[in-house]
Amino acid sequence: MNVVSVEWYLTLGALLFTIGALGVLLRRNVIVMFMSIELMLNAVNLVFVALSRHLHSIDGQVAVFFVMTVAAAEAAVGLAIIIAAFRNRETVNADEMNWLQG
Amino acid sequence: MQLADLVFYLLALLTVGSAAVVAFSRNVVYAAFSLMGTFLGAAGLYVFLAADFVAVVQVLIYVGGILVLMVFAVMLTHRIEDVQVSNRSVGTLPALLVVGAGAAILGYAVVTTPWRTAEPVPAEATTRIIGDLFLGDYLLPFELASVVLLAALIGAVSLSRKELRRE
Repeated sequence: MNVVSVEWYLTLGALLFTIGALGVLLRRNVIVMFMSIELMLNAVNLVFVALSRHLHSIDGQVAVFFVMTVAAAEAAVGLAIIIAAFRNRETVNADEMNWLQG
Repeated sequence: MQLADLVFYLLALLTVGSAAVVAFSRNVVYAAFSLMGTFLGAAGLYVFLAADFVAVVQVLIYVGGILVLMVFAVMLTHRIEDVQVSNRSVGTLPALLVVGAGAAILGYAVVTTPWRTAEPVPAEATTRIIGDLFLGDYLLPFELASVVLLAALIGAVSLSRKELRRE
């Protein structure tokens, strides 16, 4: 069944991670940056599962669950921060979020 | 096994195509919805890799939880469409350089590493094995994860509720 070699999965993971990194660096909307972070986490999860299958070790799949836990926590807190910031300052632009400057 | 190859390429196309829409689309709502394509494509790839439990959890947590949260955030922050891009021209070239270098390193690692070739084993149900690992070898991280989730829950509630002004 495992006809597609592991290099294809790793290439796919690298591609997804690159797209996510580009999204974080190029876009200024914090919600889109956030989604791009999720893309990068998904790329890492894909590589974890692919190598877990390749090496006949289930530990990679266990690591995926911890990544998902952190992603869920990050989504909850991050989106709460975004909404709180939007409520106070009416912006979701990362360049305008410089209120910590004196 | 031609069919399996075809399914893999379709899933890969779905995943990468929707990811590109997420990262580069002008419309935030389009980005949020094509994120679903990426998550579902990844879930299909997990099924393809004989990780059944991970695939189900991917759909439950990412599509059912995180994505709904993101769509909520998009809807709650109205006027989200007219975010003007302020310093796009300044940041593009360094970003492309950095990301291109990173992609080159990743590709180099994928191509040159001699991946150990092992003969494929028949797929088996992973739920039981993963459960055993969670309550055995990975007990401490498992319990810590629940604490992290609780802290995130409380943090999200206390951040997003409206402030009660006391006169």
